[in-house]
Amino acid sequence: MIINSIKRRTLLGAGLAGASVLAMPSVLRAQDRSLKVGVYGGYFKDSFDKNIFPEFTKASGIAIESVAEPTGEAWLVQLEQAARAGQAPADVSMMSQVAMLKGQATDLWTPIDMAKIKNGSNLIERFVNKYPDGRIAGIGAVSWYITLVTNTDSYKEAPTSWEAFWDPANADKLGLLALVSNSFLLEVTAKTFMGGTNALDTEEGILKAFEKLAEVKPNVRLWYRDEAQFEQALKSGEIPMGQYYHDVTGLAAADGHPVRSTFPKEGGIQDSGCWAVSRASQKVEEAHIFIDYMCQPAVQATLSRKVGTSPTVKRESTDLTDKEFAGVSSDIEPIVPRYDLYQTKSDWLNQKWTELIVG
Amino acid sequence: MRREPPRTLADYLPLFFPAGMLTIFFVVPFGTMIAVSFFQRQQGGFYTPAFVYDNYARFLSAFFGGVLGFSLMLAITVALCCVVLALPFTYLLTRMSRRVQVVWLVALLSVLSLSEVIIGFAWSTLFSRTAGITNILVALGLMGEAKALTPSFAAVLTGMVYQAFPYTVLVLFPALVRLDPTLTEAARTLGASPLRAFFTVVVPALRNTITATLIMVFIFALGSYLLPQLLGRPQHWTLSVLITDQAIYQSNMPFAAAMAVFLVLVTLGLVALTVLAGRRGEAA
Repeated sequence: MIINSIKRRTLLGAGLAGASVLAMPSVLRAQDRSLKVGVYGGYFKDSFDKNIFPEFTKASGIAIESVAEPTGEAWLVQLEQAARAGQAPADVSMMSQVAMLKGQATDLWTPIDMAKIKNGSNLIERFVNKYPDGRIAGIGAVSWYITLVTNTDSYKEAPTSWEAFWDPANADKLGLLALVSNSFLLEVTAKTFMGGTNALDTEEGILKAFEKLAEVKPNVRLWYRDEAQFEQALKSGEIPMGQYYHDVTGLAAADGHPVRSTFPKEGGIQDSGCWAVSRASQKVEEAHIFIDYMCQPAVQATLSRKVGTSPTVKRESTDLTDKEFAGVSSDIEPIVPRYDLYQTKSDWLNQKWTELIVG
Repeated sequence: MRREPPRTLADYLPLFFPAGMLTIFFVVPFGTMIAVSFFQRQQGGFYTPAFVYDNYARFLSAFFGGVLGFSLMLAITVALCCVVLALPFTYLLTRMSRRVQVVWLVALLSVLSLSEVIIGFAWSTLFSRTAGITNILVALGLMGEAKALTPSFAAVLTGMVYQAFPYTVLVLFPALVRLDPTLTEAARTLGASPLRAFFTVVVPALRNTITATLIMVFIFALGSYLLPQLLGRPQHWTLSVLITDQAIYQSNMPFAAAMAVFLVLVTLGLVALTVLAGRRGEAA
């Protein structure tokens, strides 16, 4: 009995030692040039793995190890905690704008040297994310739209305005994003009913927007954190209307599902992801080569065609046809989120928001 | 077999391993959490080491009180439902043949292998309007038209009871197997019906086991955060959901830690009360 238990403990000890070796990738890191790149898990990552990364490896000789990252701020927390311990779960990550700003506050992002980004001149200015002192924190990777989506079986006619969310006829039919900082519904409310997102400049304005937004509550069936949950319900018609990503909805429609994405007359919500380098990364050189590669108009055009994202480089520089461009974007002036609010007032907004939907 | 009190250091040696494990995997992480709960939150960033009460102050509001109250109520309801269902079930199970017992236990264990995500999605499909069980009722002519049963409190409760039920059975099983069958036989010979024998003999004999099971399921249910999200409306979100929101999405570790510490303290307090009440009942 005693011998047995000692054996088990030895085994446990060996197991622990083994686990800790595995937890230190530096020991196992190969000598070849490689780069760990974080992209949103699921369809996004699959598409990058298939269409983008192999081409990059062919062109540069740098092997890519793609890491599936959770949406936005969950990954930010992991990157930050890891960086405090000197680890980088990914060297380069695709980060949302709110996450970029929060990371800036702790100097999480290694500044990018634009001299090494030859293709940087193609970028649209607002997709270059800068520290307050002018250093460059991140470079636009892709941009995407959150639009008004509907199930075509339940809604024969596409809605034309975000006002549809407030329509009493849609009681218990909506699926909306559950967080203030990723649903951007305050901006939608301000643009639709208050003349523009400038209405959110003051706390009174924000409270007024919250008040208006509270009227939507009876129409909401699902406040989702997990995209798959809503996507499934939208396809089956269980939850026939809501806000969702234009690119993924387009792909689902192309697969034959009865869904459609509409740019409302007030505009779709335009959000974007940046490539950012963790300060714990040892591969700054390779990261620059990767980011430079991704800024090429040809690569951006491939992304639009294969992933359905909107380019972060000037449209003229790409060879996208009008039809292709219309598929991933719209001429209607977009609703640009008030990212500044999610940094300066984040806790207050979060508290008010939680009270609004939970209360 | 006579037990001798441990005398030498070597006699205490077997204790060091569990003590070490407990320290590494519980005391240290919990200590870190308590420390973080007093740190200063940097809005729009992370946190800096400090000693402030802000995080606890923010929690002490009617809003969070309501959420905490709901979480406790939900966990208690799940615990009660589980025990009420599992006790007669397990009792009948122990009276069956070995073969049947094994089949049932393997089936229950296989439920344990399902992740919370799968359980949540499966129930949300079963409760949906488009593919759910109401469609069967419509086909049978029992209902006018199919309707969605989720999101609702009943859906959350069903999902959580389903998830905790196997644990409940597995905890109750050994005690019920060991229960001396002559006790119920005596009751039957004295003229008690099977039902009466169950309630006046089996249940009181197992009082401590039942209390322990209630506490275990309660604590298990308290940590649930996925099922309330998948099957409930926002007003059915537990404190664990809000803790996750703060930790994962708002990167507000100090506030998340403060909420978690508060939740642990309230839980320990409730458990202590239950144990104390149980002892007093025994003494009387």
